Amino acid sequence: MAESIPHDVDAAHVDHGDHHEQTFWQKYVFSTDHKMIAMQYMFTGMAMGLIGAFMAYAFRMQLAFPGDSVPGFGIVTPANYNALVTNHGTIMIFWVAMPVLIAAFGNFLIPLMIGCDDMVFPKINRLSYQIFLLSAVVLVASFFVEGGGFGGAWTAYPPLSAKPIYNLTPLGCTMWVIAVGLEFVAFLLGGINFITTTMNARAPGMKLYDIPIVVWMIVIASILFMLSVGPLIAGAIMLVFDQTLGTAFFDPDKGGDPVLWQHLFWFFGHPEVYVVLLPAIGITAEIITVFSRKKLFAYKTVLHTAFGTGVLSFTVWAHHQFISGIDPRMANVFTVTTLLISIPIAEMMFVYIATLYGGSITLTTPMLWALAFIAEFLIGGVTGIFLGASGADIYFHDTYFVLAHFHYTFYPIAVIGTFAGFTFWFPKMFGKMMNDTLGKIHFWGTIIPFNLIFIPLFVLGAAGQHRRIYDYTGFPELAKYQDVRVFVTVALLVMLAFQLVFFYNCFISWRSGKKAGNNPWDSCTLEWTTSSPPGHGNWKELPTVYRGPYEYSTPGREKDFWPQNEPN
Amino acid sequence: MVSYFIQPLSTYAGDIDFIIDLIFWLVGFWFVLSEGVFFWLIVRYRKKEGVPAEYITGETPEQKRWITIPHFLVLFCDIFILYYAIVAWYEVKQNLPPAEATIRVISQQWAWTFVHEGPDGKFDTADDITEMNELHISVDKLYHYKLSALDVMHSFSVPVFRLKQDAIPGRIITGWWEATGTGEYSIQCAEICGIGHGLMGARIFIDTPEQHAAWIADHSSIKYAALTPSQSAQQSVKE
Repeated sequence: MAESIPHDVDAAHVDHGDHHEQTFWQKYVFSTDHKMIAMQYMFTGMAMGLIGAFMAYAFRMQLAFPGDSVPGFGIVTPANYNALVTNHGTIMIFWVAMPVLIAAFGNFLIPLMIGCDDMVFPKINRLSYQIFLLSAVVLVASFFVEGGGFGGAWTAYPPLSAKPIYNLTPLGCTMWVIAVGLEFVAFLLGGINFITTTMNARAPGMKLYDIPIVVWMIVIASILFMLSVGPLIAGAIMLVFDQTLGTAFFDPDKGGDPVLWQHLFWFFGHPEVYVVLLPAIGITAEIITVFSRKKLFAYKTVLHTAFGTGVLSFTVWAHHQFISGIDPRMANVFTVTTLLISIPIAEMMFVYIATLYGGSITLTTPMLWALAFIAEFLIGGVTGIFLGASGADIYFHDTYFVLAHFHYTFYPIAVIGTFAGFTFWFPKMFGKMMNDTLGKIHFWGTIIPFNLIFIPLFVLGAAGQHRRIYDYTGFPELAKYQDVRVFVTVALLVMLAFQLVFFYNCFISWRSGKKAGNNPWDSCTLEWTTSSPPGHGNWKELPTVYRGPYEYSTPGREKDFWPQNEPN
Repeated sequence: MVSYFIQPLSTYAGDIDFIIDLIFWLVGFWFVLSEGVFFWLIVRYRKKEGVPAEYITGETPEQKRWITIPHFLVLFCDIFILYYAIVAWYEVKQNLPPAEATIRVISQQWAWTFVHEGPDGKFDTADDITEMNELHISVDKLYHYKLSALDVMHSFSVPVFRLKQDAIPGRIITGWWEATGTGEYSIQCAEICGIGHGLMGARIFIDTPEQHAAWIADHSSIKYAALTPSQSAQQSVKE
């Protein structure tokens, strides 16, 4: 393990794989190897993603064809509908975006990109995954208990979430809170590892400004998560007490305050957006530099704006509560901070666009995903201005405009960012190249329907359609848009169908893809200097670092990349 | 942009539509420009044999200008947006012009109750008018609403007014509107409130002052006010 092997003593390093034969259980279930834990997180996250996607399928079918039996689900009752939208949101953020972007990529990339053999606390790392798995089991189990899954929206505002007589899901609501709480514990444990490993176990010669951006972003995200989650854990405990022990933290009849929960939730909830955004931004940085053969434009600026975004993200939470009965004067303060946070994010987008300038761009599948991230996230960014501006938010709050806006942020983050990273590092993870043609079919089959789903939803939001209503045909003003809803549902079905191409591509490439070699993309960072996939212990001999991570097309050199570990 | 779908029918709806349009054009301009540059760069710098990529660190002041100048332009636009956003916000939420009439808006799982003061201009008197899931008001009259919730959070949303306000159990939230046009429109609950949330709509009837006065006279229980309580009860049973 890392703590027992000083980096500067080469003789002390042994390849763990040769050390002893591992049983199936040691290797795949109770592994402490960061790469195996990364795969566990990756595939658990993707499996949960399929559940979340199935929920989207069920409630979109209900919206398009209200009252009809949904193939594979049955009749969607109002209670089902609420449980579906609630758990779709919860799963996609806490059980897909978090485990895949932070835990899976963090675990896989951090030791490999900073040049060490494992996380510094491998057993804590294993515990983190086990608790995460438990949390997923609790959440999935909550759909099958008496009363069904919780249906009070992923924000779980009390008193609806606090009292079974209001939400009618006595077990579901408590299991939902417990699952979310366990998930937080898992990511706190993971975050400890990411921060400590990056700060203490870097390869000799790797200075802070030599750390690849994606590693920095995961570290900053872990710091944000650790600083923001405390209040919500406290809130979650109070909520469970309100539900089960009859306390009244959020019950106004007995002196509690329901709005307190909203503050605790959003104090975490808004930094959480950046917790998942930053790793996706980092993944994009790695990919666009490699495939445009360019040094990242203004590395230090990117890093400083990421820290700035992190600090600012703690000051914007109440823009989710403009009309929730907080003192209206507060809205002015939060409008200012919210519009301010548009600046560092816009700056990062400008940096990425500037990086393309003067490049030599190859449109491989990972590059298409990375470019799509920038193009689509921009839409999410600019539509956020409408909602951050308090006056405009009075109209847009809780309409489909909000829904379309945050899908234009979370979808690029969680789906496009994941596919970008997964297709880019697939050769390193499995030692095989992915099929590029299938990759591109999957790319276009996902991106085009994605826009066809969510652009119309902006329009429905502008037309005054509110969220979380299971049948709009009963509203005279909204019934006339039923064709739009059917169109959106059809686009969703097309998008879901194209995901089969991805899974087929993964399987066929894993089984019989072209062998990848150590460095198929001619990349500079350290993970490409070891074998694909890396053995237990990562390197036979740990690397030494001589320069920053993006030395592409350096003048006066024969090759157009200069790996971090090459002395000259 | 919004008025294309839903007509603006309150005194402040125009302010809100203005800030939305302002953002649409300001942000839309920068958005189209950024995406344009972005796609142009992808096409312009596609890999060509024998043409190596340039080595640009982006750390020198001349190069950084490509980031800092757009950065200040964004800030400049933000200030405009901020100003008009706060103007609209102040008008709807902070400003409270004197009322010509007051309505209690009571939300519960899953219905809206509206209580009018009745002809005497006072609540909790015999001539109060109570309606459920229908709200009759007069055009060109400044109403205050007193919004409350009996069980969970709800949100009082009147799209034609561009008005939305969450209702919180244990609190009474005061706000206002003044309608500028007549007709029948939708009221929706905009905060998830349980399994009946999708059914929690109501209708708002904006009448001319004459029609409204007639409606008040027709529905007020003033004529029962002089009766004893038991007579009053018998009267309502008959009706």
